[in-house]
Order: sequence, then C-alpha cells, then structure tokens
Amino acid sequence: MEKRKSELQQLVEDLLGEAKQQGASAAEAAVSSDAGLSLTVRLGETETIEHTRDNGLGVTVYFGQRKGSASTSDLSPQAIRETVEAACNFARYTSEDPCSGLADAHLMATDLPDLQLYHPWKQSVEQAIDLAIRCETAARELDPRIINSEGATLNSHNGLQVYGNTHGFIGGYPSSRHSLSCAVVGKQDDSMQRDYWYTLSRQGNQLESPEHVGKVAAQRTIARLKARQIPTQQAPVVFQADVAVGLLRSFIGAIRGSALYRKASFLLDHLGKPVFPEFVDIHEEPHLPMGLASASYDSEGVATQRRNFIKNGVLESYVLDSYAARKLAMQTTGNAGGVRNLRINSGGLDREGLLKKMDRGLLVTELMGQGVNMVTGDYSRGVAGFWVEDGAVQYPVEEITIAGNLRDMMLGLQEVGTDLETRSSVQTGSWLIDKMMIAGE
Amino acid sequence: MSDLIQIAQETILAPVGLVEQDLDRMLGELTGSGVDAADLYFQSSRLESWVLEDGIIKEGAHNIEQGAGIRVISGEKTGFAYSDELQLPTLQEAARAARAIARSGADQSVHIAGMPVSRQLYAPVNPLPSLSEIEKIDLLRRVDNEARQQDSRVKQVIVSLVGAHDVILVAAIDGTLNADVRPLIRLNVHVIVEQGSRREQGSSGGGARENFDYFLQEDRALGYAREAVRQALVNLEAVDAPAGAMPVVLGPGWPGVLLHEAVGHGLEGDFNRKGTSAFSGRMGEQVAATCCTVVDDGTLPGRRGSLNIDDEGTSSQNTVLIEKGILKGYMQDKHNARLMKVASTGNGRRESYAHLPMPRMTNTYMLPGEHVPEEIIASVDKGLYAVNFGGGQVDITSGRFVFSASEAYLIEDGKVTRPVKGATLIGNGPEAMTKVSMVGNDLKLDAGVGVCGKEGQSVPVGVGQPTLKVDELIVGGTEQ
Repeated sequence: MEKRKSELQQLVEDLLGEAKQQGASAAEAAVSSDAGLSLTVRLGETETIEHTRDNGLGVTVYFGQRKGSASTSDLSPQAIRETVEAACNFARYTSEDPCSGLADAHLMATDLPDLQLYHPWKQSVEQAIDLAIRCETAARELDPRIINSEGATLNSHNGLQVYGNTHGFIGGYPSSRHSLSCAVVGKQDDSMQRDYWYTLSRQGNQLESPEHVGKVAAQRTIARLKARQIPTQQAPVVFQADVAVGLLRSFIGAIRGSALYRKASFLLDHLGKPVFPEFVDIHEEPHLPMGLASASYDSEGVATQRRNFIKNGVLESYVLDSYAARKLAMQTTGNAGGVRNLRINSGGLDREGLLKKMDRGLLVTELMGQGVNMVTGDYSRGVAGFWVEDGAVQYPVEEITIAGNLRDMMLGLQEVGTDLETRSSVQTGSWLIDKMMIAGE
Repeated sequence: MSDLIQIAQETILAPVGLVEQDLDRMLGELTGSGVDAADLYFQSSRLESWVLEDGIIKEGAHNIEQGAGIRVISGEKTGFAYSDELQLPTLQEAARAARAIARSGADQSVHIAGMPVSRQLYAPVNPLPSLSEIEKIDLLRRVDNEARQQDSRVKQVIVSLVGAHDVILVAAIDGTLNADVRPLIRLNVHVIVEQGSRREQGSSGGGARENFDYFLQEDRALGYAREAVRQALVNLEAVDAPAGAMPVVLGPGWPGVLLHEAVGHGLEGDFNRKGTSAFSGRMGEQVAATCCTVVDDGTLPGRRGSLNIDDEGTSSQNTVLIEKGILKGYMQDKHNARLMKVASTGNGRRESYAHLPMPRMTNTYMLPGEHVPEEIIASVDKGLYAVNFGGGQVDITSGRFVFSASEAYLIEDGKVTRPVKGATLIGNGPEAMTKVSMVGNDLKLDAGVGVCGKEGQSVPVGVGQPTLKVDELIVGGTEQ
C-alpha cells in the first residue's frame, strides 16, 4: 500500500508539473485506485462474483481565472497526456471568472493525522460466500412466509486516494469499506413484499453478524405484509432513523454554497436565524477515527475542523467550498466534497418513546420518489410504514403520500430519537414532526 | 466484416497491439465444461461537457473511460472481472478471476465471426468535434440570452451541453463478434425566476444520437430555453396541489415515465425469472385496460434509448410488452433468456465495461388510441392534469410506483383551470394500468433526456405516450 501510495503521489506531482509546463498558472489533481470483491448468493447458491478494480484521475487547471477540467479511468501515459491537454484546451475557452481558483494557500491542512480508515478484511472468496450464505439462510428460515429471495451481497473494497495542488499541498490515505446486505420476498395471500437490511463499516469485524442482518431483513419484510391504505388526513409523522437521514441531507443541501449563490435554496438569507426548534444542535466531526466520512482535509486541501451548523436551533454556518465562498463574499468552511460525519443531537427518547409521544399518527419506514423541491422547500413523497394508535404500531400501510414544506417540517420537529443511524456520513435518530398532510384512499 | 467492427478494432484494439486472434485465444481459455456462456466487452469512450452559469462559460470538462469486462456464466452463476488496462497479461489475469466461477474444464477453441449489421439507426460519428469550441460557446450564450430575454423575472440560467462518443466491441464464446459506435448528445436549461419573495424553477432540454448541430436545427436549443422559462413562470402562479385519490390526465410525451415505472421495470426478464416481480407468472393475463398497448422499441432512428446492438451484441428490436391489455412479453438479455428458455430481445445493457449487463429498457411507450386530447380532459369533473414530471421509482415486488409532477393543473368541470405545485403521484402498477380508461391519438416521444437507474447502473432511455386518463391515482398534495 505504501509503495502504491508513493506511486500515486508521484503521478500527482507529474500531472501538476505537466500542467505548469503547458502554461497553467495553477493546477490541482486527484488520483484514486480501488480494488474489491463483490459477491451475491441467492437461494443458497453463489450467483455472482465480481472482482472490481477502479482507477481514476482528475485534473483541473487554471490559466489566471479561467478553468478547465479533465478526467480518465485509463492511467496509461498516453491517456494522461491527452487528459492534461484536454484540460488546458478547455481553459482557453472558458470565461474569466473572478471567483475561480485554488483555495487560499494559508488554509491548506498541515496536520494530516492517521484517522484509521484502512482495515483490509483478510478472507478468501470461499469464506465471504459462506458469510453471505449464513446471512441469507437466517432470513429464509425465519418465517414460512418468506418465499423468495433477492439474495445476500457482500462487498469489500480497499482504496487509496491522493490529492495535490500547486500550493505545494499533497495528501493521501488508504481506506476500506465493507458491507453485507440481504433482501428477501415475503408473501401472505395476495400480498407480496420485499425489504432489506444491511451493515456497513470500515472494519470487517465491526459488522453486525450475518445472522442478525438476515433476521432483520426477514422481520422487516414480514412486517409489511397485508399493508393497507389509510384515508386522506392531517397527522403527526415519525420518520424512522434510516429515512430521517434523508431529511437531514435535504437541510444540508439547502445550506450548500452552490444552492445559495444560485438562489436555488429555500434557506436563502437564513444565516443567524432559527430554522429548527431551540433544542436542536447539528455539527460535523471530520476527524472521527474510523468514521465513514472522516478526512483531515477537504477535496481542495483545506483543513477540516469540527463545526456547528445549527446551535440552539439557529443556523450558524453554511456548507461552503472556496468557489461558493467567494461568490458569497465569505470564507470556505472546508466542505469541498460535502459534510463529514454530521450528527444531530437527540433527546432522551428511543423510537418506542417517540411513538408514545406521537400517540396517533404515521410511522414512515420507506420514502419513494424525488418529490423534494429545493428552491421552494415543497415536499411530496410516496411512503410506506405503519399506522400508530395509542402509541403503538397497529398495521402496515402503503400506497400513500406525505406532503408539506421542509421549512415547516424543520420548525415542526418535536423530538429526535436516541436510535442513531450509524451507517451513513449523516447520522440521526428518528424524527417526530408535528403534522403533515397524508394522501390516501 | 462490418465497418463498425473495423472502426472498433482500430479505436480500441490496435493502439494496444491486440488483434482478433487474441480475442479468439482469450475466449478459448474461458470455455470448458460447466461454462454456459462467456464474453469480452471492450469499451473506449470520450465525454465532453460545458456549463454556462451567471452568463459566463464556467466549466469545461473532458472524460476518458476505457477498459474491458470479462464475464463467465455457469448455470445461474456469473463470474466477472474487469480492467482499465488493455494489456494482454492484465486481461488474462482478469479472465482467470472470472473463470474461477466454473470449477473445472479444459480449454476449447473458439472462433468468432463478425455479423453484418443490417441497419444503422444512427451514424457512427464522433459528436465532440462536430462543432468547434467557439461554436459550442456561442450556442450556450445564445440559449442563455434567449432565456433571459423571455422575462425580466428570470434571475438565474444554467445551461449544460454534453456529448459522448462511445465505441464498444463484444466477443462471446457463442461466436458473437459485434461492435457499435454510439454518439450521444444532450443540452439542458435550468432557470430560476423570482417575483417578490417567491422563487420557482423550470427546466427543459433534449438529446439524441446525433452530432451537436442537432440543437441548431428546428430552433431546438432556443426552444428549450423558452420552455424552461415558461414552466418556471407557470410555477410562480401555482397554488397548493390537492391531496387524495382522483382521476389524473397525463399529457403526451415525457409523462410516459408512468409506463417506465408502472410496467416497464416489472417486465424485465431478471425479476420475472426470479419470481420477484408483481408481474411474475402472469404472461397471457389481462394486466392493463384493453386500450393499452405498450412496446419497448430500441429501433427508433437517432433516439436516446436506441441501440444498433445491445451490449451483448444482439440486434435491438421492437418488443410488444402489453397488447390490448394482455401481457405479451418480457425484456430479456442472453443470460435470463437462456435460463427462461426464450430468445434475447436485445435488451442486455450495461453502464460500462465495469458493470455486468442485465435486462434494461430502451424506448418504452404506449401506442396511440382514438380520443382527441380535449375530449379526455372534458370527461373529468374534478381531477389533475399533469404535463411534466421529474423522476419516478418503483418497488418491483409490490408493484407500487411513484412519479413526481413538476407542472400540473387542476381540472374542474371538464376544463383545465389553475396551475398547482408539484406533487408526487402514487399507484400500484398492475392496478393502475387497469384503470386507464381513455387513450389519446396524440402519441409523442420525450425530447431525449431520460436516464434510468437500476442496481446502481445508469443507462440512457426514452419514454413516450399519448394523452391518457387514469381513473384513479393518489395525488400527494397538501390541500384536503
């Protein structure tokens, strides 16, 4: 790995040198190299074994304030030459843009701690198949209503990425990512449903057990059988943690610099204003050891740091890279490439506590479609889940929609659960929202 | 030997010193007892994109994607490996990894032979140099200018222009040797309008398997600009959408995303072989109203979803999926077709050499009926008229699907009245199709911007339909 890392670093240095030679006043380059195994078993037999191997190289050159970019999956010297030439050629035709350029030199990360992101999972293909079969078997044997399977999939990937720019910054680190997932089909009378579960970690031995993943996939599938519609009505809604992640992502999307300078956000001009109730804090923790989104520098080389976005419900910071920051006459927040290990604080209640607090309403466990308008905040999605009365799940529901406006939904947040979704770079417990419009029969 | 095979060999194989005999030999090493099928897929593509924003040419980017994928199938098992290095030793290593799926067997000899391609749905052109850089920039600026000229409330215009030149070559142990050169272009316009404190967006665009001058013909590019502004201004006037079950009239063209979600995916061969689709085992049954005939047609000249051959070397075709409401056919790739003992329908597609092929749609649309569109709208007392959509999604197993309207109107007493805000529509595929009660005579295909995602792989597709009425769908608005 160390040898490969120094090869890729050399490649980045060469690219930057070549760009300078072709007349660029500044340049930045990123190279990545990943290898992995992806296999699926279905009905107890191996279905696919994929050996993956992906390389990628991207370069951006600046001729003064004009910019050109190019990338390639082919790392042959000929393709690399063509790539640098293409980037330089584009920069002859793009416009002078006063906001374009590398991030400021003094913001470059100087401390590059080992965040322990690389944990290769040493196992043979046979052992991996065995894990997947154990997982799928646990799902299939849980209940006779599980009649079919889409299989269990194991993914194990190791990667290396290097980024450098002509400020002299160069950084690189290896990382790993392993996951096991299972999806099964259940049937009862005319009702056929599928659902899935997965586990994901930087470390193979930190994954949930195969049997647990299979069992949860089957339980989730069985719970959906005989789902019905409910009448059109207004009601409170609990978004289960794994789907509440999407709400948090929508919030982040609305405070992203590119949406703000384009005036394409429903949170325009909200800095310093309350956008959540007072009990809400949202922050990112980029240096978390083994974190799924950890990095000590962002995709422009800028040092990352712990940051509050929401404090006591008030919007404290946007999510900015250097370009958007210049457009908005602000400073980059070190968020080129996104937020890293974002988390919202929870109150004291677990999911069951949230359902009790809601008493009567809808528990949403699946969202469908893309009905989120980031310009207006209008929100309309297909959902599946459970109807709740007296604080307890009564029966599964499907083929209904929920609608509202994200601004109202955020301000109407009543409680965040302790049931943290940890498989995502954006982490939250379940959300209880005061009211939404449900459309049904 | 067809010209396309020659072009592909010159583009991909010759620069790395590979010849046809090398492919024969590699395929030979992939054969043996227990191996039912195996193929090599070579790809070389160049993609170029330009973005105009804030009135300036902000970005230009170029991408090279090149490599080979090697697949070996034994019964229901598939072994797959790929490489972005096209050197023989690297390819042989990938072949060994893929070959490990079938445990034993001795090499046999394979001889591949070029199959003449009988038709060309698009010319084997490279769209990237089809306009000069100056002409591309000028096109972007004129689109920007056209959008801003429409109305002073236009505050932001983003125009993107993308072109791709994709050369593929596929060789298989069944003797297949085939190639394709696939141009693909796309132009998109996105606008933000502002009136007082209210802001709305609109977008439009188009594309085809053509050279860039396609956008200069028939006023296409400037037409997209006017259309994006028109949509955004309509949305400025939109009131809250209704909530609940009601009749929905869908406009012609892009709303055909209904068919893509409600029936298309559910009729892909893999789900039906595995028995996980709501349509599984229903061949020959009534699954839609008798006024519905739906096809998947990869043979339309120049269309975004069209293919001379699919990614397994099979000629694309026009497949009847539903005829007068009766389920007639699934879409198949070679692997699922073999296991279901039918023929491939030329629907084996893959995002790139680094992905496994699977059954995918091409251009999916409904044939026209007999009603004039006005008559269909006049038949509705209270309902929704939806003419533009964002994306959709389907749960194959339960049949539930959604698609999100981005431009819609209320129908009151048989007349289109006020515009309403975007809302998600939800239904159940097999059920919704039986509720189609009127089909218009105005079949239209979309403008060529569709992208379909399945198991993490994106491919370009087309959709289309005439105006049609579904007697009941659930509309996800906020007004009770």
